[in-house]
Amino acid sequence: MSTAQTTEHSLEIDPTLILWDEIIPGGAYWSRVIQRGTTLRIVDLEGSRGLSMLCYNADNGVERYNAADTAKIQFNAFLKKGMVLYSDMGRVLFSLTEDTCGHHDTLAGCSNVATNAAKYGDDSRNSRDNFLLALTKRNMGKKDIMPNLNLFSQVAIEPDGSMTWVEGASQAGCFVDLRAEMNVLAILSNCPHVLDPVTAYDPKPIRVVVWKSPAPGADDLCRTASPEAIRGFQNTDALFI
Amino acid sequence: MVSTTQSELDSKLAVYDQVLAARKPWAQVIKKGQTLRIVDLGGNQAVDFLVYNADDPSERYSAPDTIRMQGNIFITTGTKLYSNDGNALMTVVKDTCGKHDTSGGACSCESNSVRFGLDKKWQHACVENFLYALKDYGMGKRDMTSNINFFMNVPVSKDGTLEIVDGISDPGSIVDLYAEMNALVVISNCPQMNNPCNAYNPTPIQLLIWDAL
Repeated sequence: MSTAQTTEHSLEIDPTLILWDEIIPGGAYWSRVIQRGTTLRIVDLEGSRGLSMLCYNADNGVERYNAADTAKIQFNAFLKKGMVLYSDMGRVLFSLTEDTCGHHDTLAGCSNVATNAAKYGDDSRNSRDNFLLALTKRNMGKKDIMPNLNLFSQVAIEPDGSMTWVEGASQAGCFVDLRAEMNVLAILSNCPHVLDPVTAYDPKPIRVVVWKSPAPGADDLCRTASPEAIRGFQNTDALFI
Repeated sequence: MVSTTQSELDSKLAVYDQVLAARKPWAQVIKKGQTLRIVDLGGNQAVDFLVYNADDPSERYSAPDTIRMQGNIFITTGTKLYSNDGNALMTVVKDTCGKHDTSGGACSCESNSVRFGLDKKWQHACVENFLYALKDYGMGKRDMTSNINFFMNVPVSKDGTLEIVDGISDPGSIVDLYAEMNALVVISNCPQMNNPCNAYNPTPIQLLIWDAL
């Protein structure tokens, strides 16, 4: 990922297209509805050790990100550029249209009171409570917490099924672009990955930019990636006819 | 904890012993201390499985917490099925299959339409079974979070490749689950016809319950 900084420059967003630009401090949570056709850029500013994420159909919150369907439909558990985030209703929430990090986990879950107490010996901010707080403000709650996505982090899976944290998955300047394919409620929790072994609690700031991205072309990478993707977008676009 | 001599579980002493037909749902509260046995009668039959704290169903099985706590993505003997609140709901005390999946999720009409063709949305699916069973407990879609697929083989490669492949469960394979609390178990005897999870032939399973020894 030594080219991450260069890559970001080459993919700089025209300032006139930026709708929202904000920095999430370490330990904080953030939520926002990303309108269909706009893109959420999430930038690792100082070397992230994971950013936990949930997302929902903003117009019908009972439809939510489904990690299992996302992996199963695309035959891969590791999200990369060109892949999409599927809901549990056979539709696409987000397309991963750019990704200069390349390492994201959606199996290991998120930090909670107990894991933080065990690792840090204190009650520092954790992702499960962050999710609960963000959801409660939307009249949602515990039942709406699904297996989450962890951006900027890598967990290796061995053939025997064992899970291992991999160091150095992301670095300053890495970013992802998530193009909303429906109106998506995105919830971010800027706490270290639950398997990050570092015992000093020091989550770094994350930048979030919402921008008016170009309409997908006929040869759009995500929309044409596979027969499954084509059908997933047929289901999604049908919501907006 | 559980050092029960599983070999002593005699089907004649079971307080419940029923065959669940292919493609059907099932739900039952397994009381703390009871043991539930699932028998894969015909072999390679995926059994989609949800479990809740029967006394407070907002506490339910969490696949991410379960696999992270044991450091392994597969369910087998010794696996504690952890809840979203970090408590053990059940423990796998016997497993003659070897490993079970909890990463692949449950089939639905909607995901089938994406995976296999838009016309496949009319086929029966596990989510339909789950919803049908959950409604009798005043529960619904928000209560379907993550699930286990007993007897289903979903290896994950180093590059993340994940696929439902030919099963490794022989006819008569069993898994025994000891209830660590009053546990509401909801099962869909998977009706999927489009991949090898049921060897393209959904078959019946047997369910037995024993009281605490």
